[in-house]
Amino acid sequence: MAVSGLLMLGYLVAHVAGNLKVFFGPEEFNAYGHWLRVMGAPVLHHAWALWLVRIVLLAAVVAHAVCAYQLSRRDVRARPTAYVHRRRRASYATRTMRWGGIILALFIVWHILDLTTGTVHPGGFEEGKPYQNVVDTFSTWYGNVIYIVAMLAVGLHVRHGFWSAAQTLGVGNARRERLLRAAANTLALVLTAGFVSVPVAVMTGVVS
Amino acid sequence: MRLTLRVWRQRNADTPGAMSTYDVDGISADMSFLEMLDTLNEDLILRGEDPVAFDHDCREGICGACSLVINGDAHGPERTTTCQLHMRSFHDGDTIDVEPWRASAFPVVKDLVVDRSAFDRVIQAGGYITAPTGAAPEAHASPVPKADADSAFEHAECIGCGACVAACPNGSAMLFTSAKVNHLNVLPQGSPERETRVLDMVAQMDAEGFGGCTLTGECATACPKGIPLPSISAMNKEWLRARRKAARG
Amino acid sequence: MNSTGPTEYAAYTTGDPLADTKAPAGPVAERWDTRRFEAKLVNPANRRKHRIIVVGTGLAGGSAGATLAEQGYHVVQFCFQDSPRRAHSIAAQGGINAAKNYRNDGDSIHRLFYDTVKGGDFRARESNVHRLAQISVEIIDQCVAQGVPFAREYGGLLDTRSFGGVQVSRTFYARGQTGQQLLLGAYQALSRQIAAGNVEMHARTEMLDLVVVDGRARGIVARDLITGEISTHYADAVVLASGGYGNVFYLSTNAMNSNATAVWRAHRRGAYFANPCFTQIHPTCIPRTGDHQSKLTLMSESLRNDGRIWVPKAEGDTRPAAEIPEDERDYYLERIYPSFGNLVPRDIASRAAKNVCDEGRGVGPGGQGVYLDFADAIRRMGRRAVEERYGNLFDMYERITAENPYEVPMRIYPAVHYTMGGLWVDYDLQTTVPGLFAVGEANFSDHGANRLGASALMQGLADGYFVLPATINDYLARHPHAQPVTDEHPAVREVLAETEDRLNLLLAVDGDRTPDSFHRELGELMWEYCGMARTEAGLRTALARIPEIRREFWSRIKVPGTGEEFNQSLEKANRIVDYLELAELMCLDALHRAESCGGHFREESQTPDGEAARRDEEFSYAAAWEFGGTGGSPVLHKEDLAFEYVHPTQRSYA
Repeated sequence: MAVSGLLMLGYLVAHVAGNLKVFFGPEEFNAYGHWLRVMGAPVLHHAWALWLVRIVLLAAVVAHAVCAYQLSRRDVRARPTAYVHRRRRASYATRTMRWGGIILALFIVWHILDLTTGTVHPGGFEEGKPYQNVVDTFSTWYGNVIYIVAMLAVGLHVRHGFWSAAQTLGVGNARRERLLRAAANTLALVLTAGFVSVPVAVMTGVVS
Repeated sequence: MRLTLRVWRQRNADTPGAMSTYDVDGISADMSFLEMLDTLNEDLILRGEDPVAFDHDCREGICGACSLVINGDAHGPERTTTCQLHMRSFHDGDTIDVEPWRASAFPVVKDLVVDRSAFDRVIQAGGYITAPTGAAPEAHASPVPKADADSAFEHAECIGCGACVAACPNGSAMLFTSAKVNHLNVLPQGSPERETRVLDMVAQMDAEGFGGCTLTGECATACPKGIPLPSISAMNKEWLRARRKAARG
Repeated sequence: MNSTGPTEYAAYTTGDPLADTKAPAGPVAERWDTRRFEAKLVNPANRRKHRIIVVGTGLAGGSAGATLAEQGYHVVQFCFQDSPRRAHSIAAQGGINAAKNYRNDGDSIHRLFYDTVKGGDFRARESNVHRLAQISVEIIDQCVAQGVPFAREYGGLLDTRSFGGVQVSRTFYARGQTGQQLLLGAYQALSRQIAAGNVEMHARTEMLDLVVVDGRARGIVARDLITGEISTHYADAVVLASGGYGNVFYLSTNAMNSNATAVWRAHRRGAYFANPCFTQIHPTCIPRTGDHQSKLTLMSESLRNDGRIWVPKAEGDTRPAAEIPEDERDYYLERIYPSFGNLVPRDIASRAAKNVCDEGRGVGPGGQGVYLDFADAIRRMGRRAVEERYGNLFDMYERITAENPYEVPMRIYPAVHYTMGGLWVDYDLQTTVPGLFAVGEANFSDHGANRLGASALMQGLADGYFVLPATINDYLARHPHAQPVTDEHPAVREVLAETEDRLNLLLAVDGDRTPDSFHRELGELMWEYCGMARTEAGLRTALARIPEIRREFWSRIKVPGTGEEFNQSLEKANRIVDYLELAELMCLDALHRAESCGGHFREESQTPDGEAARRDEEFSYAAAWEFGGTGGSPVLHKEDLAFEYVHPTQRSYA
């Protein structure tokens, strides 16, 4: 889970950086979208690099989900009888890892259908015009709600996930504890803020 | 003080259990939680009822026998063992829920008593240093840096009570296993068996049916001896190192 | 045999003197080597064919089981706890002595030997004690190799401290948890042998009787505490490592389930019980808070290094400590023993506390406590220094009593802690039943009438790791072909029937008193009359009362449930049956030993300044008692003690 999670986390960092280009106007944003397709050219054929990234990501998502499923199964089996007296435990981020993960999985499906294939896109989806597509999505109330909720989930998931991955990989120790916690919090905050800034910008008219 | 207890009663491993309610009166704040249960049991015996079975022995917080989940907390509200928990932590009129450790690797024997032999088997899988009696070199032959000795001690303090498993939402035994791995692996004496120890103990832990670790940190919060959460990371490091070494041959 | 016991209480007769035939002659320092050389060996190929039963998994039992299995024997081991790791050795705090002389402070094997014989008030065997001192050195090596995390100095070498009033620093320790760490070392060694299939471990299984066939110990009867099933187990030798009998007193620092059943049943089957009246009462325990008290907790003796012990001068002074002015306080230890002050030995400090409380000057609930005051220490060294030295103990005290010892003085009171007496064993640790061995606190061998601090761990591990594995070979080699025993053997059938009858009777009485109520009653009686100070009249009272309690027990005990299930009341009641017999022997032994020595203080035998007066001409022997039937007359066998190296002197601490 740690390795696949970190792969996806790396992707998210690149993703949010790209997203923020939206603030530099349609040309730069669309050009960035184009570059993603010609990345690696002329050595690689058109969009090969992008597909490579997509394949690795898909593998990571599948691996992450399969591991999560197996882990959950095992954990449920390990405690067949629940405590009668239930108490709130652990932090919110820790407790919501499973539901957060499911929310994110559903979100990814919607997100691809919305902005990659355009299948469920509101308004006329245009290949090669990502700027306009983004503005269209965030001009609907449900687009904003789905997106913002999902990005909050990303933040929570990353907050526990990053720190937890460090422990799984054996990087954590008493001395690094504060550093790792701070890094996890920062990552979570930057990702969420970065992603959420786009719909907010559309709603407020900064991006239109 | 007067209290209402709701206690898990289960005749044996094969019979389903349920919570039963008892009123206890005349409880002194100076009593330990177990002495309060003694009082209840004295009453039950005289009334011809079956007293509540619970594990206990040293009653000074070191043997690791006592094992009650009190109001959802392993060992109750204070960070100590159940036997060192006193009734002054409760108030007159409180209702207190008392349950056994719940984990499939710790099947209930009766009432609040569970079978923790899975822990023994994890130790048997590698939680030792092979040093047959008589074969030991002079104690000062290999000095141990104080920091390493202190770290070994910190982990060796584990009393094997199982509160980590009871508190973990996943029923995981990572903190217990990591305490022993870290105790022995940090010492020069434990170094020759470093890799097999961690691989075998983790494999046995998994085979016993403990849950997987999701780093919720509940174990370290419940641990009456303060085994720190980073122990788990340290064990993961040892495990990955051992796997790499095994892969290289 | 001639009858010497007065007849109005349990009489006793004196039998033939007893001699330790195994200890070799010659210079004391060479005896252990000589014995090891003279002992016959078992061919390694034949060891697998021998089964050895070990009862108990504490320091002595755990180390013995592991070592015997390493040697190739097939070990069948038992403990009543749910795991061998929970034996009560785990609770020992202070440390373990060893004559390593790492400090270069004049320590030596001979000095440890000397200190132990003297500390035991000249009632231990020189041969045994010297062997213990010799082996102490090897124990530390062994434990370090196992990964026991002893305290270390910055250079990486082992740290030691002084302990128990000796003048050298020979105590190795692991913070306040030395017993835990040593026990886990033994447990881990045992675990390795369990995994290898060399030890067959039966946890939650309690020994209820000994099987003796043709005069030799051949097995045990045990009860599975989960299912209640009674089973028999056979072997070529049986080793009892079942600990001491301090729980006769109900309140003690022993674990709740520590019990005397294994040793007492062995005694009933022919093993002599030696010096049962030698019990150690530790001066610094947390006082009881009420009738609900189930056990007592020890506070490390080291507190007496800086704390000052006092009570109010006036009787019945119930003012809070802070309101009692300096000139109305009695620092009685400093007053009576000006040169040793608060650092007098355990038995003297305990007795003095009892005396002031008997005078009505005790403090706290029930007047059963004295102050241990750190106010001066805090003023002198500062709170921080006190915290560094005793912080963990202060925290423990506060957790139990809810009083902050930095602000109000601690209250302490003596409590039963250790029993020096136990099954009589020879130099090979064999009891008077051939094939039955006793190790650790279960035997009487090394501490005489008083045990020094940090010596219990040393003895348990010496017996288990080094002594027994060497000496048991000799027995097995001399009895190589034991006939197999089955449940059909008349001796086995008799033991089984007796055990089942006893349990059934306990369940059948269905009276109106709980097991605990009897245990508490017996404990209070013993504490009153066979505790810190004993008198002839008091002991006679106890000896008259115990049979009455026993009769009442068998007519009024109430044990709920059945024998075929997990039944903690039945376990408890069955242990009390044995306490009710052992207590009588303890009182009888205390009565017959009309001298004071070590932990045994007879008020009739004291010096003019109130100190224990030994009577060497009459009592320089170990009293080994042969069972004479419940309530019957036991037979006293005296083993004379000779002191060739350490000459008996009277202790003085004034």
